[in-house]
Amino acid sequence: MNGERRLIYQYLRHDKKFPHVWCPGCGNGIVLGSLIRTVHKLGLSKDEVVLVSGIGCAGRLPVYVDFNTLHTTHGRALTFATGIKLAKPELKVIVIMGDGDATAIGGNHLIHAARRNVDLTAIIVNNNIYGMTGGQSSPTTPHGLRASTSPYGHAEHAFDISRLVEAAGASLVARGTIYHVNLLDKLLEKATQKVGFAVVEVISHCPTHFGKLNLLGGPVDSMRWMSEHAVPVERARKMKAEELQGKFRIGVLVEREMPDYQSEYERVRHRAMEGVPYRIDPQEISKMLESHQIY
Amino acid sequence: MSLSSEEARPRLIQGNEACAEGAVAAGCRFYAGYPITPSSEIAEVLSYRLPAVGGTFIQMEDEIASLGAVIGASLAGVKAMTATSGPGFSLMQEHIGFACMAEVPCVIVNVMRGGPSTGLPTHPSQGDVQQARWGTHGDHPIIALTPWSVRECFQLTVRAFNLSEKYRTPVILLMDEVVGHMRENVLLPEAGSLEVLERVKPNVPPEWYIPYEDTPFGVPPMASFGEGYRYHVTGLTHDVRGFPTLREDEIEPFMDRLFRKIWTHLEDIQSWETHAMEDAEICIVAYGSVARAAKRAVVEARAQGKKVGLLRLVTIWPFCRRALESVLERCTVIIVPEMNLGQISREVKRVVQGRARVLTVSKALGRLLTPREILEPLGEVRT
Repeated sequence: MNGERRLIYQYLRHDKKFPHVWCPGCGNGIVLGSLIRTVHKLGLSKDEVVLVSGIGCAGRLPVYVDFNTLHTTHGRALTFATGIKLAKPELKVIVIMGDGDATAIGGNHLIHAARRNVDLTAIIVNNNIYGMTGGQSSPTTPHGLRASTSPYGHAEHAFDISRLVEAAGASLVARGTIYHVNLLDKLLEKATQKVGFAVVEVISHCPTHFGKLNLLGGPVDSMRWMSEHAVPVERARKMKAEELQGKFRIGVLVEREMPDYQSEYERVRHRAMEGVPYRIDPQEISKMLESHQIY
Repeated sequence: MSLSSEEARPRLIQGNEACAEGAVAAGCRFYAGYPITPSSEIAEVLSYRLPAVGGTFIQMEDEIASLGAVIGASLAGVKAMTATSGPGFSLMQEHIGFACMAEVPCVIVNVMRGGPSTGLPTHPSQGDVQQARWGTHGDHPIIALTPWSVRECFQLTVRAFNLSEKYRTPVILLMDEVVGHMRENVLLPEAGSLEVLERVKPNVPPEWYIPYEDTPFGVPPMASFGEGYRYHVTGLTHDVRGFPTLREDEIEPFMDRLFRKIWTHLEDIQSWETHAMEDAEICIVAYGSVARAAKRAVVEARAQGKKVGLLRLVTIWPFCRRALESVLERCTVIIVPEMNLGQISREVKRVVQGRARVLTVSKALGRLLTPREILEPLGEVRT
């Protein structure tokens, strides 16, 4: 524990006026701890890490750590991150967002960053609600539950963030929780090393709003719920569909090898620098059309 | 830009192409944008030109994303630009405010078309002049430039980058559809003959660097991400270290410096041109493509014996008050023609304060004003 404290201390900003903005029991501190251990374990220098966020409780995370940090506008963190990564590819760009930030106002940017396969690590802390603004419903608020803007029960159905980004084309999709911290460390490590768009959805909680409105008890109760409902992917593969009913999978859900945007664009630069008009071989054209599969 | 001697010959190009070439010449190496008429040629030229000079072109999912990516690239140390038209410009407003607040250099080109809303695509307008000034929320200074020719599209794009880097502020190039799509035979300046400014970087070790510290010039040196100067960039009101603050004693000096860095350098930022103003008693104040018609109107009025001159605004924001003040020494009548319903004439009236008669020719009909229309109000004026 002491060693852990010393490690975190090395990465926190000491000229920033603490205390932080998060409520007691918030999951964001656990995510931050895991992120710091990941950067440390991978031996990344503080100078090469850029931590980008949007708006919301998770958006306040970068200000506390001694990296290049950028707190952008609501929902747009991935667009700024795309600009940084393409302009300076040697930087390690990590984006932290909440569920509202990433999938409501920023939903369009999320699917397009995944489709382009920009080499970014996106951490989405999913607590099923807008915490900072007072517990309004988000795109991941489960149907029927209460939020401060769904006092009669939420009429909409929730996004499955991991399936969304998988369909959009992300290279790596993983899901963890703030309870399974050792797994979260491993997932962040894997995602940070992955070349291409890597998403880690972190199931978190909001005891202040979501928990209170839906009678879920305190932070310990919701973490107990996570421990009882999360199933590691390895075990889930051996389970029947009915056994998995009501549970959710954690671990690396999808991993695929695809060239990232930067390496594709490098080919564009190469062709442009040759200075001759670019012509595509007619046979190649039909191959390209065929490889564009639509089901 | 590589302009070898055989290339240095006049070219018949559009204003939009000249703008794109100006960007390359100014050192722009990152463009992010979303297609919209009448600005798309800028994107098309840069998608071809930028990768050839080692730069990056990316077509984003919308205009919000475009300016986000531009700001990100600029923070990483690369000169960056986007181009759009009215509806896209509306979408960019929040990020223009972010760039003002976090003091990130970037250039936003708006080739104006008729509005409001989807409006009059491909038809000219000057309807976004006040939006360029006040479109984003909160108090902020802004710089906007209005070219009137193809050659000036090139020159002012270079100038927009220079001002943006020098003052760490977004600069808006307000073109209109006529200027953007018009073709003129122009000899683009030789690469070496251009003044190209680079942003000032810190010359102190990282541990001494205070990213938003006041300086005599008012603009703090800017470190790029990855250069060892780790600091925080935020759209929240921040202290000199970049950290969010709610303290009055930190808010006030920050806001003061944000304005002061522009207002104390108006002589450098503002530019205008005069035509036939030496003996003029009547002055036409115009900008963009309308100034071309206004210049013709001056010739026609003079042929009728009326002493009319032209004040052409090149810098539209901050408003060239000094230029107008000197006009007021002689002129008793001012005509303000514009392709909107009176966006700059409001500003002219604010400065004139009744010292001269201000006549407006305000038409938002999706077409250029004619010299005759510009002179129409003179029918009711005895000279």
